[in-house]
Amino acid sequence: MLTKRIIPCLDVRDGRVVKGVNFEGIRDVEDPVEMARFYNESGADELVFYDITASFEERPLFANILRRVAECIFIPLTVGGGINSLEDFDRVLKSGADKVSVNSGAIKNPELILSAAKKYGDQCVVLSMDVKRVGGAYHVFAKGGREDTGLDALKWAEFGQESGAGEIVLNSIDTDGVKNGFDIEMLSDMAEIVHIPIIASGGAGCMEDFRELFKLSGVDAGLAASIFHFREVDIHELKCYLKDCGVPMRV
Amino acid sequence: MSYVAVIDYGVGNLFSLASSLKFLGIESVVTSEPEVITGAGKIILPGVGAFGDAMEKLRDTGLIPVIKKEVSAGKPLMGICLGMQMLLEKSYEYGEHEGLGLIKGSVRPMAPDLKAMGLDYKVPHMGWNSLEITRGGCPILKATRDGEHMYFVHSFYGCECEDSVAAWADYGVRVPAVVYSGNVFGCQFHPEKSGRAGLSILKAFSEL
Repeated sequence: MLTKRIIPCLDVRDGRVVKGVNFEGIRDVEDPVEMARFYNESGADELVFYDITASFEERPLFANILRRVAECIFIPLTVGGGINSLEDFDRVLKSGADKVSVNSGAIKNPELILSAAKKYGDQCVVLSMDVKRVGGAYHVFAKGGREDTGLDALKWAEFGQESGAGEIVLNSIDTDGVKNGFDIEMLSDMAEIVHIPIIASGGAGCMEDFRELFKLSGVDAGLAASIFHFREVDIHELKCYLKDCGVPMRV
Repeated sequence: MSYVAVIDYGVGNLFSLASSLKFLGIESVVTSEPEVITGAGKIILPGVGAFGDAMEKLRDTGLIPVIKKEVSAGKPLMGICLGMQMLLEKSYEYGEHEGLGLIKGSVRPMAPDLKAMGLDYKVPHMGWNSLEITRGGCPILKATRDGEHMYFVHSFYGCECEDSVAAWADYGVRVPAVVYSGNVFGCQFHPEKSGRAGLSILKAFSEL
């Protein structure tokens, strides 16, 4: 039986992990390679790396780090941030990514999803979307959640799926950072529409939040950053807990 | 001097595979040179993408007779993911394509079979699934426990190859996860992406 996945997410800027991290037992908590190795060992099912580098010049540095991370972890690695073209796909895949996550780049150029899926396969293309409720509808936001595109999130997801996206990361802006649980309502509405795997993001605060999340049969994975970085939730403990709750888990 | 030749025929990303072999201390060469394959102790055939396209690219390298000759001389060969499917006789992925025919069986799309069973499972079969080891003594599984999880990503699967299956994965349909016949081995999942459990399979293969 296929297991549900637990995915920590690392934001990397100027070669360092950002969003303060608070780890014991790691020499350098801001070193992406150390962090990746730690998560690889602690039972994470995948890793997501976001390149939040501001300038183009820093991209080669990120590619370098990616390469070093990919050399020492043996679980799937998804990379996102600043992916606007097939050249960007190429660059991160050659540096060791297994999947590439597109967000604003796909909003600007929706054909990117199809052309990337054709070239690299559906399984390689992850459509990531930041979604917020606006007047009773779900709207897709761009530029890191700052700009309302007016796009209907459910229609956008459907379009992404038809264009060949292999997975969807649904980040609810409404629950993000609140640590009061995932956006179950939004996720279950999304699960009605799409049949590709859905990765839930935004709102995880404790282990019980993941148990509630996985009651939704259409959700395949839970993604979080700070609760893992700050050790508020230990991945191994979380997975044992979920397994005891009857959620299929790789422990 | 015995190294593993990883066949490079322009399909997919060999970075992870090369990194995991390196991590395990296994000497490997990513190559499309016949002499390098002839000189190797073992051969790995990786693969992602579409079956027909991959077979055509492999054919274009002129390596197929080289691989077959080495295998019939007893050299261990392991196919990974699409590389495993290519070991079989033919595939019905977008048409009908001839495979290497090193293991009896064919490749079919999962979606219609799932549908026929009334199952709305997502395709591709993507994520961590557990192995059910049904045939003991498979040398590449010597360090693998029954129930161990491996990372799968595929939309097509092996059929009519029951006699060669050493381990299955359950995804509504029974997916051949590890096949072997003599010195030819195949893993439907990605051992190089399956954590310690996957690495132990690569290690066991390298020690054959």
